[in-house]
Amino acid sequence: MRKIRVLAAKPGLDGHDRGIKVIAAALRDAGMEVIYTGLRQTPEQIVAAAEQEDVDVIALSVLSGAHDYLFPKVMELMRAKGLDDVLVIGGGIIPEEDIPGLKSVGIAEVFGPGTATTAIVDYITANLKRQV
Amino acid sequence: MSDFAEKLKAWQAKVDKLAAKHPERKPQFTTISGLPVDRLYLPENPGEDYAAKLGLPGEYPFTRGVQPTMYRGRFWTMRQYAGFASAAESNRRYRYLLEQGQTGLSVAFDLPTQIGYDADHDMARGEVGKVGVSISSLRDMEILFDQIPLDKVSTSMTINAPAGILLAMYIAVAEKQGVKPDQLRGTIQNDILKEYSSRGTYIFPPKPSMRIITNIFAYCAAEVPQWNTISISGYHIREAGSTAVQEVAFTLANGLAYVKAAVEAGLDVDAFGPRLSFFFNAHLDFLEEVAKYRAARRLWARLMKERFGAKDPRSLMVRFHTQTAGCSLTAQQPANNIVRVAFQAMSAVLGGTQSLHTNSMDEALSLPTTEAVTIALRTQQIIAYETGVGDTIDPLAGSYYVERLTDEIERQAEEYIKKIDEMGGAPEAIERGFVQREIQQSAYDYQKAIESGERVVVGMNKFVTKEPFTGKLLRVDPQVREDQAAALAKLRAERDQAAVDQGLAALKAAAQDDSNLMPHFLACVRAYATLGEICDTLRGVFGEYRAPSTI
Repeated sequence: MRKIRVLAAKPGLDGHDRGIKVIAAALRDAGMEVIYTGLRQTPEQIVAAAEQEDVDVIALSVLSGAHDYLFPKVMELMRAKGLDDVLVIGGGIIPEEDIPGLKSVGIAEVFGPGTATTAIVDYITANLKRQV
Repeated sequence: MSDFAEKLKAWQAKVDKLAAKHPERKPQFTTISGLPVDRLYLPENPGEDYAAKLGLPGEYPFTRGVQPTMYRGRFWTMRQYAGFASAAESNRRYRYLLEQGQTGLSVAFDLPTQIGYDADHDMARGEVGKVGVSISSLRDMEILFDQIPLDKVSTSMTINAPAGILLAMYIAVAEKQGVKPDQLRGTIQNDILKEYSSRGTYIFPPKPSMRIITNIFAYCAAEVPQWNTISISGYHIREAGSTAVQEVAFTLANGLAYVKAAVEAGLDVDAFGPRLSFFFNAHLDFLEEVAKYRAARRLWARLMKERFGAKDPRSLMVRFHTQTAGCSLTAQQPANNIVRVAFQAMSAVLGGTQSLHTNSMDEALSLPTTEAVTIALRTQQIIAYETGVGDTIDPLAGSYYVERLTDEIERQAEEYIKKIDEMGGAPEAIERGFVQREIQQSAYDYQKAIESGERVVVGMNKFVTKEPFTGKLLRVDPQVREDQAAALAKLRAERDQAAVDQGLAALKAAAQDDSNLMPHFLACVRAYATLGEICDTLRGVFGEYRAPSTI
């Protein structure tokens, strides 16, 4: 069995990266391979990185409220590239009422403040779309 | 008479004189039960050790506070960080807060503004008006401060990479109100080093960024003398996950780098030193936080004296703003956050803060609603007017525990600073990723402690209930971007384009030599050059920062 490959990504202008870095460290400790994009990535850059790095998972983090534009944009580009077998999850400060809309465009799950990193590890492991 | 007894006598005479001129809040202070409350309490026989480590309020080493009467004279400034959507919307929130008894303004800008993009830039998609107000030109700034007299309020602006440009806009709005630059009071954050390490809204590389900061120091010393030219911020370092010791260490190390840069540029430390201000986080460990502020004051005073020979007492003072810890708020059982915030705010007051922002209970969910902001402001007012903690100076001094913690935080912070010195100073330590990695490790350790249950978060990993939050959330209308884009198109069509071109060309030339950029920022904003145009001009000369990978 190979390692699960995860792209941890910060779309948009948001500089809050404490959460995504903690999650990256936790996923690594759980045996996954994690590539972190750094700040200020456009949806185009994220999708290109996902394709190039051949990842199984993209974990998007936004705390600025721009998830309503950025998450659907990433999904639109993923579909256009035919990257349908990549599991895309999101997290940050995301109001409950926004979650159904994000799920309807293909974000598999949204994790809010207070989520245990183990819950994210378990979710990824159980919901991968590709064989590892 | 011992040295200290003489000092005390002189201090008392000084304070009595001061209190005669500017009376304290009450002629006499008593507890609720009627017991008298003195201005200052001291050990029975204060010796040399006391004098050296604690001293007197308003005097070196400022452990007991930066003012001689502290909150007996006047309370801290209650300053709620606010701003969202359009300038008109934010202007309404500011005027509401001032009507509710808030005593200073604190402007939150949206991310495009903080990173120097106009609202209609492609990178601004999805972000306009979200975490703060969108300001693309002087026109927006005029609307933001409409009917707010800038000679009467003090305004803090959380702006870093483009701080000089936003300050120029503020000066230009004041001019239109008939208010002179030397009447303006307020603060720009202007702390780029913590942006590289912790907050992320950098634009230019460190060298030109430090040069712009030094330009602002020099310009304001001459033209805007009451302005705090920088707010050296530990807040975001802590929010990124640091410990209290790291917060003090990395903040003061950044401070030392700014002072060094300005001194090397030929400025006199006592010309700009009095206008340096600080910004700390109020986290959960109540007594550690109280000790932290006291330790920061004592350590900075000594560093400024020993390293730079600062003489003006105001150059030695840590005057600081505090905000309660956003990262400690929970999305679960959000009403509990009111209690967390109250304790955090109290720690800042017992630690001698000069101004305070209390977070709203709903901030782990969204931007705060008016109702939540009002409770947060009321929390400060209850501390000030009902609890009596402001009636005597530095009331926790002399606690064995608090004094030991103060000593220990100072000692450990200084060790970090020495380590950073060995790397060549804060900019180098950040460039190497040292500061970022230290913070990341602390953040990860903290998270692991929560997940193992070793650290209890009430309502989140213990005493959990499953009640969905049913309150209202504040939403920013996506229409704001369209409206801003339309307003920008109109502005560009109406303004004197030749004046804009001329201003930007002069700015470019100044950026290429070593002229002070502030007069050029002023000329550009007066001509209604946009923030994006000004920053693009500078990007063309300075380039953009690329962050090192630290994970």
